[in-house]
Amino acid sequence: MIVTEAKSFVLVAAMITGFRRVLVAACAGCTAVCGVGGERQAGELADALRLHARLRGEVLDTEVRGVTRQCEPEFVAELAPAVARAEAVLTLGCGVGAQFLAEHYPGVPVLPGVNTRFAGGLAAPGVWEERCRLCGDCVLYLTGGVCPRTRCAKGIMNGPCGGAAGGLCEVGNATPCAWLLIWERLERLGRTGTLDEIGPPPDWSGAQAGPRRSGKGGGVE
Amino acid sequence: MTGVSGLARVLEAGRFAVTCEVGPPKGADVRGLAAKAAMLKGFVDAANVTDCQTAVVRLSSVAAGVHLAAAGLEPVVQMTARDRNRIAVQSDLLGAYSLGVRNVLCLTGDHQKFGNHPGAKGVFDLDSVQMVDVVRRLGDPGLFQCGEPVDGEPPVFFVGAVENPCAEPVELRVRRLDKKVRAGARFLQTQCVYDLDRFRRFMGLVRTRGLHERAHILAGVAPLKSARMARFMRDAVAGVYVPDAVVARMETAADPAAEGVALCVEQIAALREIEGVAGVHIMAVAWEKIVPEIVCRSGLYPRPAADQR
Repeated sequence: MIVTEAKSFVLVAAMITGFRRVLVAACAGCTAVCGVGGERQAGELADALRLHARLRGEVLDTEVRGVTRQCEPEFVAELAPAVARAEAVLTLGCGVGAQFLAEHYPGVPVLPGVNTRFAGGLAAPGVWEERCRLCGDCVLYLTGGVCPRTRCAKGIMNGPCGGAAGGLCEVGNATPCAWLLIWERLERLGRTGTLDEIGPPPDWSGAQAGPRRSGKGGGVE
Repeated sequence: MTGVSGLARVLEAGRFAVTCEVGPPKGADVRGLAAKAAMLKGFVDAANVTDCQTAVVRLSSVAAGVHLAAAGLEPVVQMTARDRNRIAVQSDLLGAYSLGVRNVLCLTGDHQKFGNHPGAKGVFDLDSVQMVDVVRRLGDPGLFQCGEPVDGEPPVFFVGAVENPCAEPVELRVRRLDKKVRAGARFLQTQCVYDLDRFRRFMGLVRTRGLHERAHILAGVAPLKSARMARFMRDAVAGVYVPDAVVARMETAADPAAEGVALCVEQIAALREIEGVAGVHIMAVAWEKIVPEIVCRSGLYPRPAADQR
């Protein structure tokens, strides 16, 4: 899932200053699951922004609309009537949703209400943790299902580095050393032999040449 | 600097080697480097020049190495993967070779979080094992990482790497060391050793794999200057293991600095007795002036003369 976090209210309020009618666009996808960008959060944010404006003697009208996913044009198109009534759109979709809205509605400012953080999963109630760096060159078959590119602070392919101590990464936050996790898991599976292979440098050519494209089931050249 | 690594000659002649560490200045004034070189020259076979250690910006290790060489001290240029992608690693090393540098130590590098620019992007395009492979291939068979040939005389470096002999699981450390040797590391300097039993266990596994016969292993030592430093090394430096007995000895010493030197000399004597240890790497961080005394008291002075290397 794409994990998002709310931007600070102060920053959001500053972004919309000067607009009298704002559409707060929710998304029922990942950002709603994160408890950040669903219709309920959009409604609460709209209420708070109107209150904030009123206390400062400003005029603000808000409208809240949600779509199934902001990352698909046909859902984005459903917002057309509401966008037509707004001076600006404050979206609670992820960075992808915000850009799809901006592309679809070139005549209106689209402002991000959330920060898009990473691809992760639920590690504990209410806590999402990064698991995939979206490198496009999956090495999990070599590393016991633990991604070193994501979970090692240096993203190295031949770890552990000298900074691991007591099973933890030197960067702190009680982060386990990914390479020790890899070692433990491969040992349990009786497959530590793969650790003796010299892992190759990653090929970044596909990931750093502008936006990547993918067709159904495979890459699109 | 001659065209051949003096450190390689000492090690390949089977002489017990001595290296130390010199930190480049946090500025462009290199007079201090020249003074350190004059002080250390003749007492060590080569001196490592650190590459922005702990991710703090300092004079580049390549430039510092060239300054040391000009002052008569052979450098081991450290190069980390933290700040350079594969293009910069290879380019910087061609530059270093053109300036006479022959010894390179490949490291992944301390995380940028610990330095004075914690917001910097860590590169880590290569890791230390991959960097060893890239540097070895530059010289033999003379190819860039991409496979294209290097123009002219290929830069044949004496390639080194590091390993932490005291970190658990030790078996994994030895397997990783094995990878570095297979990638082309010809000498290895270890993280500093205070726990000799742990180190003996590590060397036992190294000998089982025959790694001591395929690469020269220099055991790291770091003289303790105070009880505070001993506690700091024990409690705060990731991957360093200081037994409580060592801390206690420093705490009860009348003259802790003298005790630290005595301890270091004892450790070197013990390390020399371990089969497969080809030398010692003395890391006297910000205390370089103690190195000659440690070398002399360890019976490692004089060093092989330059013309015998």
